[in-house]
Formats: sequence, structure tokens, C-alpha cells
Amino acid sequence: MDEMLKTIDFSPLIISLKTGIVSTIIGFFLGIYAAYSVMKVSKRMKWVLDSIFTLPLVLPPTVSGFLLLMLFSLKRPLGKLLYFNFNIKFVQTWPGCVIAACVIAFPLMYRNTRAAFEQIDLTIIYAARTLGMPDFKIFWKVIMPMAAPGILSGTILTFARSIGEYGATSMLAGNILGKTQTIALAIALESASGRYNKAGFWVILILIVSFIIITVLNKVSSRYSVVGKRWR
Amino acid sequence: MIVLEVDIKKKMGSFNLKVSFQSTCKCMGILGASGSGKSMILKCIAGIVEPDEGRIVLNGEVFFDSNDKINKSPQNRKVGYLFQNYALFPTMTVLENIKTGIKGNKEYKRELVKEQVRLFHLEGLEKRYPEQLSGGQQQRVALARIMAYRPQIIMLDEPFSAIDSFLKDILHKELLEILKNFNGNSILVSHSRDEVFKFCNSLTIMDEGRITVCGRTKDLFNNPLRVNAAKVTGCKNISKIRKVNNYELEALEWGVLLKTNQVITEKITHVGIRARHLLTVDQKKENTMKVDFLHYAESPFDVQYMFRNSMNDLTKEIWWITSKKQFHTILQDIPKYIQFPAERLMLLES
Repeated sequence: MDEMLKTIDFSPLIISLKTGIVSTIIGFFLGIYAAYSVMKVSKRMKWVLDSIFTLPLVLPPTVSGFLLLMLFSLKRPLGKLLYFNFNIKFVQTWPGCVIAACVIAFPLMYRNTRAAFEQIDLTIIYAARTLGMPDFKIFWKVIMPMAAPGILSGTILTFARSIGEYGATSMLAGNILGKTQTIALAIALESASGRYNKAGFWVILILIVSFIIITVLNKVSSRYSVVGKRWR
Repeated sequence: MIVLEVDIKKKMGSFNLKVSFQSTCKCMGILGASGSGKSMILKCIAGIVEPDEGRIVLNGEVFFDSNDKINKSPQNRKVGYLFQNYALFPTMTVLENIKTGIKGNKEYKRELVKEQVRLFHLEGLEKRYPEQLSGGQQQRVALARIMAYRPQIIMLDEPFSAIDSFLKDILHKELLEILKNFNGNSILVSHSRDEVFKFCNSLTIMDEGRITVCGRTKDLFNNPLRVNAAKVTGCKNISKIRKVNNYELEALEWGVLLKTNQVITEKITHVGIRARHLLTVDQKKENTMKVDFLHYAESPFDVQYMFRNSMNDLTKEIWWITSKKQFHTILQDIPKYIQFPAERLMLLES
């Protein structure tokens, strides 16, 4: 056991955490902004935008990864433009991990936030308007505090999803040890090569992290409801 | 004197709102059944809903004009709107709720909030959240919040629908005082005839997005003019008529000939009489009908009887309501005849 731990390279853990944190920050703002925009548009537009924003949740991650690859490949216009003009490369790089995780986890942030917005009684927003509150103040002082529980659980789920992302990441960022290899990718590689001990180590680590996340999630949501509901 | 002019059209799905009125009255009432478009009018005045076309002017200040493309935002209309559910901000305390509408520096805000707390008897509740308050307290906070905003006009949308009925009278009295001290006009929307009667000097009655009648409240209760107005002001006995001559009609749904004091014009299609205005008599006289007793129901202070013309089983039931002298009444002698006093008959247009 000790022997094995000594031979483990911990870079996948660091890369997973780094990817999770950065993509959660990006997803947090994008998700809230997307949910806010969807609340403002007409019914038909809402349907269109909602479908697009939810798509990565429904698609197999490899499909999302394939589409991202089509977009950012160095043989493609956008990939070329970014690489040759700004020296930005997403294929086989760590930023690729972030983009992949972000795209896959974004729907969780967006949908949780939107659900929280939908819950808000419209008359409360109307009341704020008739009391002369400017729109930005209504958003920050009235809407956001009321939506806080939903936004918070969305954020935690986004983080959980992005540290565990596998499919799209392997397509776009590849599986390079020390560079793009996250825990999920390490597990796939180690077990494919028959090194079950190492794979098992990462599996246990992920299980522990997952339980912590679930506990925090429940704590957070129960803080906002005084008495939890029970169906029986 | 404050003048409110409203002349708007608004289509929403299959619902069509088309109203036009002017009000200079201190407290105007809008009475109508649910879904008649009462709240929609308030929302248009407040700027929450944009009418398809028309004009809304308060005190010479144009809020909305479809021809001149004017549509002021709700924030710039200075209109106080008391919502049916009070719409308090659930994440803010009572103090923070009241503070939201106040413009000015910190010192001024604090003073004004303090004053509102005193005026609306909210001492001791300042740090509470709305969900920790009773319905009546929530209403006071909502009113305090609106008054702190110093609106030009206050609009009350079914203010008592969420209040326990045994508290209503106390809250009616409180609101009457608040409105008396308010230096502006108010509009009260309600489906309760008791509320509009208590609060409003002038009354507008609505049905399916149109104004049926408007006028002085007491006049309209005395003579509602229209079938719908008679119904929403609580008239229980209404029948179609056939005109016999200028002062006599046949109430078709009751099967009785009735003499009237007023001239029956060609427009009159119905006759109505309030359940309390019927008389009971022992023998046949003018405007009487021999009746069969159907059933009765008691409320704490009244008894409601239902009769039917004993000559004709196919006629409509007739309600008679009479006050009780004590709680434990025994059903006494059932009257054989009921009389429709000519001075109480209401001639109605459909």
C-alpha cells in the first residue's frame, strides 16, 4: 500500500480541483446571466434559448466534446484564429479541460438558477417597481436573495460535475499526465492498463469528495427551509 | 383636487378590457366578480401592464398615451399599490421593507421609517421577517411601506381577501383612518359589496372587462340600473319581465303581475328586489304572491327563507332574508303570501 502511494503522481488531483474551481466561477456568472436573460424574453425565444442551454445536459458528453473539437481544432477557422492571432489553444491543453467542464456543467447552474427565478412571485417584483426601485437594485436586493438557495445548490452541483467530467474532456483536452489528466481520466487510464490498485485509489478519493459535496448541499438547502418537508 | 382619467383597451388572450372613466373622488370603488378585469385596470395605472391603446392621466401628468408614445415606467409614476398578498420582500425585515421606497439620506430614511413604525403600530416587530407576521400585521407593513414612499394615489387590490373574517371589522376601521389621513386619492378594488359600501363614495361596477355602471355608491345600491350591477351588489331576486303597461309588468320567472312606481321604459328587461325588502302578509293584496315554502338556512343574525310561487312549480325560487331576535330561533309560522312593495322594485336593463 505504502509502496503504491509513493509511486502515485498527485497531479490529477490538483488538475481536477483547478479545473473545478475555474469552471465553476465561469459557470456561476454565465449561468446566472443566461437564466436572467431567459426570464426577460418572449415565450418562443425562451423555448429556443432554454433548449440550447440545456443541450449539454442531455447530449452524451462525447458528442459535446466532438462538437467542441470541431470548433476549436487548429484545422478549423475559430481554432486557427485563436491560435495564430492570440496564441490560445484549447486542444490538448488545460484550458481545454476548463472549457469542456464548463460546457458540460453549465446547464446545472443555468437550470437551478432559472428554477429559483421562476419560483419568485411576480407581484413581489411588481411591488418593488411601484416602490420606485431601479431595476438593478431589484435584481440585487430582491431577486438574488430570494433565489439564493437555488443558486447555491446550482453552484455546488456545477463544481461537482466539473471535477468529475470525463467524456468531453478526453475528447478536447486529451489524457496527458501532469497537463490535462484529471482524476476521472486517470481512473480510465489506470484501469485500462490493468493497474487496479491505482484506479481504486482515485475511485475512493472521488467517493469521499462526492459524499462531502452531498452533505454540504443538504446542509445549505436545509438552512433555508425551517422545517424539511416529508411525504408519507 | 386630484383627477384620474383612464381610457384604455387591452386584449389578453380571449379577455378584452375596454374601460373609460374619470375620477375625482377621494375613494373610488371598483366592484366586480373575479375575472372581470378589476385588477387589470390597477396594473395598467401602475404601469405593470401596458395597455394596447388609450390614455392614462393623473393630475395632468400623462402616464400612458398610445398616440404620443408615452409610457412611463412604474418607477416614475409615484403610485402606491397594495397587492392582494401584500407582496412584502420575504428576505427583508419589517424595517428594511419599509425603507425600500424612501429616497433621501440615511438620517432622513431612519426618521421616516421610525415615524411609519409608530403610525402603523409596528413597534416590536421591526426585526421580524414577513413570514413571522400575521395577515393583519403584514397588511400594516405593506401600507407603511407604501405611505413612506409618499405616493400620489393609493390603489388597494382586494385588501381584505387574506384576512380572517372576525378581524375584518377592526382592520376596516384602521384602513378607514389611514385613508382619511392620506392626502390623496385612493381606488379600492373588491368583489365584496360590504367593503366598497364602507370605503367608497363613488362606485364603478365591472363585468367581463367592461364598465356596467358608475355613480355614487348609495345611489347604485338603491337602484343598480343593470342586471349585473344588481347581482354584484347582492340582489338575490331577479326576473325577466314582460311589459304590460307603463306602470305594470309581468315577472316571467316568478309568474306574477307587479305594479311599479316608476315608469317602465322600453329598455327595461328585468326586475329585481332585494331579499330583505320583501314583506310577508296573510292575505292577498296588491303585488302579492301565494307561496310554497321550500327551505331555510340560518346565519348568526339572519334567517334566509326560500319560496316558490305555489301556482307554478316551474318558476324560480325567491329569497327572503329577515333578522333574528335571538340565536335559538324556532322556525315560526311560515308566511302564506309575500309582497313585492312597489317602492322597492328595481327596474333593470340587461
